[in-house]
Amino acid sequence: MKKKTLIIALAVLAAVAVAAVVLILNRGGEKKPTGQVVNVYNWYDYMDEEVFDLFEEETGIHVNKMYFTTNEDMMVQVRVSPGAYDLVFPSDYCVERMISENMLAEINFDNVPNFSNVSKDLVNPDYDPENKYSVPFMWGTVGILYNTTMVDEPVDSWGILWDEKYADNIIMLDSIRDTMGVALKYLGYSMNTREVSELKAATDKLIEQKPLVKAYYVDETKDKMVAGEAALAVVYSGDALYAIEKNEDLAYVVPKEGSNVWIDPMVIPATAKNKENAEKLIDFLCRPDIAKKNCEYIWYSSPNAAAIELMGEDYTENATINPSEEVIANCEFFHDIPDNFLTIYNSFWSQVKNAR
Amino acid sequence: MTDFHVPVWGYWMMGLGFAAFVALLISYIHKNRGFRRPIFASPYVLWIIVFTVIPCLLVAYFSFTDPQGNFTFDNFKNFWDSNFNARKAMDPELIRQYEDMGLTLNDLGLSRDSINIDTLVFSLWMAFLCTVICLLLGYPAAHIMADREFKLGPTLVILFIVPMWMNFLLRTIAMMSLLEDNGLINSVLEMIGVGRQKLLNNLAAVQLGMVYNFLPFMVFPIYNVLNKMDYKLSEAAMDLGCDKWQTFYKVTLPLSVPGVVSGITMVFMPAVTTFYISRLLGGGKVQLFGDLIEAKFLSTSLNEWNVGSALSLIMMILILASLGLLRKVDPEGEGGGIV
Repeated sequence: MKKKTLIIALAVLAAVAVAAVVLILNRGGEKKPTGQVVNVYNWYDYMDEEVFDLFEEETGIHVNKMYFTTNEDMMVQVRVSPGAYDLVFPSDYCVERMISENMLAEINFDNVPNFSNVSKDLVNPDYDPENKYSVPFMWGTVGILYNTTMVDEPVDSWGILWDEKYADNIIMLDSIRDTMGVALKYLGYSMNTREVSELKAATDKLIEQKPLVKAYYVDETKDKMVAGEAALAVVYSGDALYAIEKNEDLAYVVPKEGSNVWIDPMVIPATAKNKENAEKLIDFLCRPDIAKKNCEYIWYSSPNAAAIELMGEDYTENATINPSEEVIANCEFFHDIPDNFLTIYNSFWSQVKNAR
Repeated sequence: MTDFHVPVWGYWMMGLGFAAFVALLISYIHKNRGFRRPIFASPYVLWIIVFTVIPCLLVAYFSFTDPQGNFTFDNFKNFWDSNFNARKAMDPELIRQYEDMGLTLNDLGLSRDSINIDTLVFSLWMAFLCTVICLLLGYPAAHIMADREFKLGPTLVILFIVPMWMNFLLRTIAMMSLLEDNGLINSVLEMIGVGRQKLLNNLAAVQLGMVYNFLPFMVFPIYNVLNKMDYKLSEAAMDLGCDKWQTFYKVTLPLSVPGVVSGITMVFMPAVTTFYISRLLGGGKVQLFGDLIEAKFLSTSLNEWNVGSALSLIMMILILASLGLLRKVDPEGEGGGIV
């Protein structure tokens, strides 16, 4: 019996000791938010975090940061935990779906005076035609990133991705909408087509191209291009800017057949508990100096005309981040594809990925 | 990075957990037999119910239902015909319109397609190759490591274990940069005059990655059996006139069968369900059955989950069947494995 008592005594002692030590070590880290909060749900590394500190300093509203990696993750989370998020950053086609499923709250634009800074051509976008639910945060294009030391001719068409000269030197996006979109645009169709025959033609085109493709990547592409592993790659403009900054031989072009232009908007879920704080934060993010700070950190195209003015020639002279109006006129937004049609899309993509 | 804090009670829990561990240790040292075994088993039973039994039931449920929850066999029809759901999603009216234009389902690329079966067969082949290569490499390695006269044996064991302390994804990503066109191996090859080779983004690279990742699972079960084997048996065989080769063939090899069986199982199972390795080293051009299932679950379209579940179920049944076969070979489970 004595042994048992000893064991219990030792156990209790150990518990108290460990808990006490850990508590003391961790005291400094405990910071309880006081009063007002806003719960932000964003992509990883898609905001200059200093901006949140500034916001907290100015307004006293504490920003709780949460992150997601795919639109699908985000949609599921917003559905299953109502009230958990006050400000969310989905992709444009997801906003369309969220509006149709009544997942979003109308923004009170009286609380967002800085909305007037947003470029007029980005107001009333296709996914939110009356601009009731969203405010653009960043935008960009999809195009070809190429290595000028490995490609001699001028690059201006998607067709170069089918040129046998560049066999095993082409990196495509491992992403169903983007890659099908490239083939559709090259064939002169819409990226949002619902014609099965056009999708079939695009599929055949991609299968024909597969032997020339070095790899299908998403996140790896930019680093491979910087390392000179391939001559041509399909990339998002933001990745292109990152790569060009690290390797001067690289250049980016949006092909003449047109491409995808996308906007990442900010939206407020219908279930948000701190709607006004979210509106305050949106307004803050639309302030020219803050939008500039964010743009210079993320290095995507800014929808904020006033911020662009502040950034001056560094921004306007850069065709990758600031494409001309003719380029944009050729481009399309992605529209949401309903589930049953997506099944057809998936079938075609599976044919491409499994072609041998 | 995030606003996630460990709550105060969390520290108490950790402290209590540690204390419980200490108590267990002390009681073990004192050979205290006050606790009954079933009590120790109960947390594991709970664990296995929550994280194994329920998920398996969910997979079965999803594979026999459509997204609305109605009973259906359609998900399995998708296994035989990967375009089945796509055709179902098409409006019959639309199909008729295309037919009026002279376009059959075949022209539209939506007739029967055996992608899923082909991929499964291909995955089984890759897994088979991987197992054979691992066995050919692993058996001699285990034999050498277990050799009592070989002084470096324990060092070799450590060398096999140390890489496993690092996450396998990291090791595979590192392999990518070793194999790429401007990578280390190609630079060396060029220096010694062989010239640059295409080492990445092909089948050989995927196979290499699989063998590299799964080889320890072959080596250790065999090593365990050989290490525990009574060396007096082989000495006796030698005394009775066997030469080295006969000793191996008549004594060591039969005694190591349980280890081999266990090793084969432990390599074949993860190999046949491999994904991600194939994407990283195959450049997204090589699709294994695991990649196929993953793609189904990552799709935004919800009805793909049900198809993905059906494919997983088929895979699980295949694995169960092969385990059953192996159990016949090694009924005692001497390989220390999971059969």
